[in-house]
Amino acid sequence: MSALRTAFGVVIVAVLLFPVYWMVNTSLQGSENLLSTQWFPFQVDLGGYREAIDSQLGNLGTSLVIAVGAVLVCLAVSAPAAYGLSRTALPLPGGAALLTLLVITQMIPGIVIANGLYSLYNDVGLIDSRIGLILADASLGVPFCILLMRSFMTNIPSSLIEAAKIDGASELRLFWSIVLPLSRNALVTAAVFAFLFAWSDFLFALTLTTGQDVVPITLSMYTFIGAHTQSWAALMATATIASIPAAALLVVAQRYIAAGVTGGAVK
Amino acid sequence: MSTPASTLEPGPVDPDTQGVAVTTAQGAPRGVLRRRRWTMWWFVLPAALYMLAFFAVPVVNNITTSFREYTTATFYTGEAPFVGFANYVDVVTSRTFGRITFNTAIFTLVSLAATFVIGLALAVYFNAHFRLNAVLRSLVLLPWLLPLIISSAVWRRMMEGTSGVLNELLGLVGLGAVPWLTDPSVALYSVIIVNVWVGIPFVMVILYGGLQEIPQDLYEAASLDGATGARAFRRITWPLLRPVVVIVLMLGFIYTIRVLDIVLALTGGGPAGASDTYATQAYQLSFRDFQFGTGAALSNILIVVTLLVAAVQLRANRRASDLAG
Repeated sequence: MSALRTAFGVVIVAVLLFPVYWMVNTSLQGSENLLSTQWFPFQVDLGGYREAIDSQLGNLGTSLVIAVGAVLVCLAVSAPAAYGLSRTALPLPGGAALLTLLVITQMIPGIVIANGLYSLYNDVGLIDSRIGLILADASLGVPFCILLMRSFMTNIPSSLIEAAKIDGASELRLFWSIVLPLSRNALVTAAVFAFLFAWSDFLFALTLTTGQDVVPITLSMYTFIGAHTQSWAALMATATIASIPAAALLVVAQRYIAAGVTGGAVK
Repeated sequence: MSTPASTLEPGPVDPDTQGVAVTTAQGAPRGVLRRRRWTMWWFVLPAALYMLAFFAVPVVNNITTSFREYTTATFYTGEAPFVGFANYVDVVTSRTFGRITFNTAIFTLVSLAATFVIGLALAVYFNAHFRLNAVLRSLVLLPWLLPLIISSAVWRRMMEGTSGVLNELLGLVGLGAVPWLTDPSVALYSVIIVNVWVGIPFVMVILYGGLQEIPQDLYEAASLDGATGARAFRRITWPLLRPVVVIVLMLGFIYTIRVLDIVLALTGGGPAGASDTYATQAYQLSFRDFQFGTGAALSNILIVVTLLVAAVQLRANRRASDLAG
């Protein structure tokens, strides 16, 4: 019975992941495009990858810089806030209202933010800049990261914090040398998600750039698709390379991801 | 949640007394405690300012924009006259409004229903002991983690007219080819298929978490009374899973109605507007036609619809659980 369940489970997952297989399969079938893709890449041709690396390496780099920057901004802003909101023994004036606001922000469609940011960015000259995209992309993670880390930090025993306080540690010191080290797991989870949100961002890349100076990989792929390209191998090779962060995080940080999907949403 | 009375008093934080206030620790007089509370605001301040700049300002900006008339000339002259509700009237009375409303409703409801049913089925399937369960479950997450543009590009390849693998598969089982992305009567449903594929892992993971919380001995007790299988599901699983179901449906709704990336990359809202929704149309108006006023009006309508439905869902649930409890 258990073996049968496993077998059928494998079939389900195979069906669900077929598009991912098809992406890799197509990417391996050369840049001399065939009309139809073969079912298996019997004759591996890395032409697609050569083309992808030649033309997309810079854009992948841009995405990497922006995503890492967004993670740093997101953590720098969210971690202290999560701490400030986590001390239930010392309730923050207006803290409850702020938490409600955080939840509400997640209901605002991205196109509204993009619309509203555009004129603001236009005024301060942040259109077409990496800094501009870093700041905007961080917003995709900030509410999520605050909620996630806060729910972790409320579980830190207050006795630990009070003990340090009797020893004369300042709030800042407490946060830096006690709360942060204890919250390592939550920080990693938050960072993983902030990275994925920024790496996947398409809307801000589309609306806050002119598509010439600063081109993240998502925007470049979108232009590629729109151009009615015949070079599917190169496009799929680019897609495969751009999937590596997601796949790698799934392998390395799997337990954090499952915790993050449910933790941020349900709690 | 109630806030303490002292929060009502305005009291700016004084950075000089911060250290003193903190080290006094326990048994501190009321004033010191209050100061300590305010001290914590220094930790929250950067986030509050950030949220102000990246959520509050854009939303307010979007509201004021929606009451003004923007043209391409606005960029040079900086003049955008106040026009009251004219932009909203334009949007609602435009020729396409009926169609995009219909499309948005179909897209959201069909996506949500299909994602929920499949996600629930998978959650129930994986809520059992068998080998490789954990590995398979984490593999299911992959589609959700991929950037939407990547998923859309792959599906676009798979749905391509003559050489797409979906039509090849249909051919293998003796069915005719479907013009997935080029037929106006099919395109919206093709976009829905992709959206469902992207959303299944999210629904599955949350529902699976909910199923794991249900105590196993309830099922054992029920099976003694002869309630197993579908009966046990209806009598035990469903009622106990309900709070999680409400959250999934609400978040699912919020995340679905705003979908933009998938539609833009698959069909661009076409052919002939057949897959245009509020979100794609708002993008089109603002960033393609540079009609920032009407674009803002339409995206504000999107916010209002989102908040309304979320509120109704929460309220309905509260009433239902009041009746049940």
